[in-house]
Amino acid sequence: MKKSILLASALIAGLFAGSTAQAAGRDYISIVGSSTVYPFSTVVAEQYGKTTNFKTPKIESTGTGGGFKLFCSGVGVEYPDISNASRAIKKSEFDTCQANGVKDIIEIKIGYDGIVFANSKKTAPLKLTRKDIFLALAKDVPDPKGGDKLVPNPYKTWQDIDPALPAVKIEVLGPPPTSGTRDAFVELTMETGAKTFPFIHDMEKKDKNMFKATTQTIREDGAYIEAGENDNLIVQKLEANPSALGIFGYSFLDQNADMIQGSIVENESPTFENIASGKYPVSRPLFFYVKKAHVDVIPGIKEYLAEFTSEKAWGAEGYLADKGMIPMDKKERDSIAEAAKNLSTLTMK
Amino acid sequence: MKQPTTNPAIDKVNRGLRRRYRAERRFRICGATAIITALCFLFLLFFSIVANGYKAFQKTYIQIDVFFDPAEFANENLATANFPGLVKTSMSSLFPEVNSRGDKKELFYLVSPGASFQLMQLVKNNPNLIGQQQSVWVAANDDVDMLLKGHIDRTRPETERRVSDKQLAWLDALAADGKIKKTFNTTFFTSGDSREPELAGIWGATCGSFYTLLITLSLSFPIGVAAAVYLEEFAPKNRWTDIIEVNINNLAAVPSIVYGLLGLAVFINFFGMPRSTPVVGGLVLTLMTLPIIIIASRASLKSVPPSIREAALGIGASKMQMVAHHVLPLALPGMLTGTIIGMAHALGETAPLLMVGMVAFIVDIPHGFTDPATVLPVQIYLWSDSPERAFVEKTSAAIMVLLIFLFLMNAAAVYLRKRFEIKW
Repeated sequence: MKKSILLASALIAGLFAGSTAQAAGRDYISIVGSSTVYPFSTVVAEQYGKTTNFKTPKIESTGTGGGFKLFCSGVGVEYPDISNASRAIKKSEFDTCQANGVKDIIEIKIGYDGIVFANSKKTAPLKLTRKDIFLALAKDVPDPKGGDKLVPNPYKTWQDIDPALPAVKIEVLGPPPTSGTRDAFVELTMETGAKTFPFIHDMEKKDKNMFKATTQTIREDGAYIEAGENDNLIVQKLEANPSALGIFGYSFLDQNADMIQGSIVENESPTFENIASGKYPVSRPLFFYVKKAHVDVIPGIKEYLAEFTSEKAWGAEGYLADKGMIPMDKKERDSIAEAAKNLSTLTMK
Repeated sequence: MKQPTTNPAIDKVNRGLRRRYRAERRFRICGATAIITALCFLFLLFFSIVANGYKAFQKTYIQIDVFFDPAEFANENLATANFPGLVKTSMSSLFPEVNSRGDKKELFYLVSPGASFQLMQLVKNNPNLIGQQQSVWVAANDDVDMLLKGHIDRTRPETERRVSDKQLAWLDALAADGKIKKTFNTTFFTSGDSREPELAGIWGATCGSFYTLLITLSLSFPIGVAAAVYLEEFAPKNRWTDIIEVNINNLAAVPSIVYGLLGLAVFINFFGMPRSTPVVGGLVLTLMTLPIIIIASRASLKSVPPSIREAALGIGASKMQMVAHHVLPLALPGMLTGTIIGMAHALGETAPLLMVGMVAFIVDIPHGFTDPATVLPVQIYLWSDSPERAFVEKTSAAIMVLLIFLFLMNAAAVYLRKRFEIKW
């Protein structure tokens, strides 16, 4: 009994001593941030860990906002070195960083991700416009009878919106509000779709809050189903329910091309080429942000940047493209790789 | 006409007898239906997991003939040698007719990107290989693996499957030559996480779970037992101990994510412990399991009859001797059972670990309490969220492994209870 107590206390003492010693220096890179960038940064990290003598970076998928919160809390080994983001850093986040002493931040754009609207292969692909999507999913829509008035969304089937669309109940499985995919989806389709109505377009200047509420509020009468962050689950549900439409990142469409198909948006189908060339309208840039103050403190950050910005990783034929990331064009890649090499920092007015 | 019996009470009983039998039968059927329904769901769960995952214990390999060209090893450092090049040369030599750049890319795609690391390991272990020709079984890419396991339908049109017609033809040729085999998937049990499904394994997560639970056990068992013994045997019964008791019972019902938030605030932000490590995870799970262990330990102390205590005190034992020599040994089996159930809880927990950063992509296998680590249920969650089709079966396989661990722990609890149970 006594022995075991002694042993346990020795163990605990050892642990605390060990943990404080460890906190003094960290020999692996710590990465946080977007779940959309996660599948790409993990591939790079694994490749980097196997081909260099550095340890494999640790990557947490915290979401873009959560990532910046951790990233901007301070400088020191207990804070992450890199934050992945599926959108550019916001002014407010940048200011938090500055206030907490994270002065120099390196922004690196890595490529694009397309947001697709997919349904089961058992039915025909839909031909949608962003206006259709807005009308199908917004909580309040312009009165179908005409006039500049908003009424609660009356549309029950796709055909109600556009006679060319099938007479199928509107049922969309999509990400919850905490997701970066949802932010991008709202901004890229709902807002653009809403702006096709002149009075909503004018609203943006007159009443910003009203504009936001109109374009960003998604209906809650069961037509839009929050399916959680797990995109695999959405794919399975689409397979089981051919009349439903799902919203997720391009890489899931790429991996499941035998079960689901992407809807055509504004006459462009979501293919690799169309997203890369910018023809497909619903795509967003992906980024990661590096704390410059950590570059010479944590070993291997420069090498990680070099791996990520190498042609074999993010190039048109690189392994990230194999995983479903849409690369930038060569010129843009070259200029960003150069900036990454020089550790050029971000400024924000 | 029925002859009335002499006793009116018996009459009354007889009249209601059939109704009472019926009521009892209904009650028993209800109970049996409940059990059968539960068993059906359990069976469905196991069936779907096993059906999805049993193929993950097999892995596809492709045989290639590698010539370890001395020219490639001019540099002293082995890691800088062009191992991917060696793999590509070997693949090309299998199909010399493939020339165009696009076709070659498709051909090289058949083997896993891990093949080059496998060759590197071979040369590291045996530098004499340089200059020799050797045939090596390398892992096939996950899409090939999926195809051969029947998860990709080859009758589909080419654009709808991830393996092209050309790749199918090459694979058929390889299979005809006996250069493709499926064997037991040792990688799954020996390696850490990976983004390539054919290279991913659960050993890293298992180690992480082990270190985390070791911390939890070594802290929560002594503290929990000490708290229970004090509360049950020494503490005066007054309002304070009542408040403590109510609080402990409350804590056992607190959602586990709350412990994660507490751990984040106290251990990481205040004490500055490293994120994502078993130390922090273990401490958080300790907080979570403590109430369970205290409650179980108190119940088991309560079941020790007072006569034991009185006899010990009566022959002159001090209170501490009474507890340490008599009550505690008798209560220990029950305490152990409670502890094991608490540990099984902790093993299956992800929510509190999310807050302390243990939900992370970690490739390197942790070798201590302060290495970044993840745990088994987190690994399952991460795989279930990966886009690659091959991770579906990996997820189910990992669930099976976790279930086996849980089963073993619960079986140990039952065994201990049966083995040391004392009937008064």
